[in-house]
Amino acid sequence: MSTVILEGKKVSKKFGALKAVWRVDFQVRQGEILGIIGPNGAGKTTLLSMINGTETLSEGEIFFKREKISGLKPFRIAEKGISRTFQVVKPFPGMTLLENVAIGALFGKDKIGNAKIAQEKTREILDRVNLGGKADVAVENLNISERKRLELARALAMDPELILMDEVMAGLNRAELDLIMELIQNLNKEGRTIVLIEHVMRAIMGVSQRIIVIHHGKKIAEGTPEEIKNNDDVISAYLGARYAKMRGRNAEG
Amino acid sequence: MLKAENVNAGYGDVQILWDMNMEVEEHSITALIGSNGVGKTTFIRTVAGALQPFNGKISFMGEDITHLPQTRRTRMGIMMVPEGRQLYSGLTVEDNLMMGAYIRKDREKIRRDLDWIYTVMPRLKERRKQIAGTLSGGEAQMCAISRGLMASPKLLMLDELSLGLAPVLVDDLTKILKKIHTDWDITIILVDQDVQTALEIADRGYVMVEGHVEMSDSSEKLLKNEEIRRAYMGM
Repeated sequence: MSTVILEGKKVSKKFGALKAVWRVDFQVRQGEILGIIGPNGAGKTTLLSMINGTETLSEGEIFFKREKISGLKPFRIAEKGISRTFQVVKPFPGMTLLENVAIGALFGKDKIGNAKIAQEKTREILDRVNLGGKADVAVENLNISERKRLELARALAMDPELILMDEVMAGLNRAELDLIMELIQNLNKEGRTIVLIEHVMRAIMGVSQRIIVIHHGKKIAEGTPEEIKNNDDVISAYLGARYAKMRGRNAEG
Repeated sequence: MLKAENVNAGYGDVQILWDMNMEVEEHSITALIGSNGVGKTTFIRTVAGALQPFNGKISFMGEDITHLPQTRRTRMGIMMVPEGRQLYSGLTVEDNLMMGAYIRKDREKIRRDLDWIYTVMPRLKERRKQIAGTLSGGEAQMCAISRGLMASPKLLMLDELSLGLAPVLVDDLTKILKKIHTDWDITIILVDQDVQTALEIADRGYVMVEGHVEMSDSSEKLLKNEEIRRAYMGM
């Protein structure tokens, strides 16, 4: 079994009395694609935010390559090799794609001080996400599919070992969806570990090697997509407890 | 009574509905189910007129309503009870209910409808002078449904009837909904994350996947069909 690159122990987040994420233990293995699913408000994005440091933990610890990262500032965590994308994409307005991505290259993990080298690297990255032709276009002129891929490009500019993706597929049509799924698989093939949150079930079940299911802030299941789709607790969370119960009864009878 | 043809809709350039098609028969109860994020709420908001579709056609009682404003649709008898109830929390229960009848002028009938509500839901009668913000979840849901009824709609669309409510309250609401369906000249569309409850109430169910209807059948057949689980899980 491959080594664990990211580990969470009893990771918890309370907002007042609300336990948004509660004592979640998780492990991400080097080189895998791990999917996180769960009904609306389950705590998926909060979990992601605690990993990259944009939310603090109420309890628990997170380790990246055996080093404790919980408690560090987001930019420190980014420097260690963890990038993330945001569900609501907010590129720097008034700037071109190239400038948006170059910021990550200039100030990220590698801190490429040289603007020219950063630019070259940025063009390569934009090519990778099929945005090479739009490098000098202002970000305001992008459609949703392009904005999602720009978000990925910005994350890639840091040359991360681990990429956290928050709903990069929402709002895309089938062709755009296939494009981004292929992109994710290619990034994974070159050795990057990927953790992604997604509501488009066909996509996440297809692309992930393992799935973690969060419901009401707790981890209720973990396994391969095949195991997850047959898991009673998951069916109960998604289709309702009564449906899961009746289904079990029908299966017995 | 209601027909949606190739409706495409969304927010800004984020498209949620992709060629959504649905037909609802008069006097039926139709369940609209599907995993989170597939576009159930977006669809009923588009029918109610809270959201303008990019393209496609929506007809109601044979009339093209695609471009009518929400106020016109309300007068035609289309009413939506939104998720989270959205009561006027500072008004009393009775004032909330009367706000539902805002567009009506038939005072006597309004009085009779209010009496019907108070007979079927005595809890609302007990609390009619109480501020709506102090209601329990189940009472608030009853109040929201009743406010919708007070508009005397032909089509009542309920978004997440059972969300966050204890099973015993869901049973109560199920009975109330069935009584509404028997006593009122009304068609109901029910969106609910609890598949069993929704299909037990409804005659027919539509299962949505990625912004369109993936399958539809009688509720009875859908409940026996393993394809629902596949549609939810994407495999």
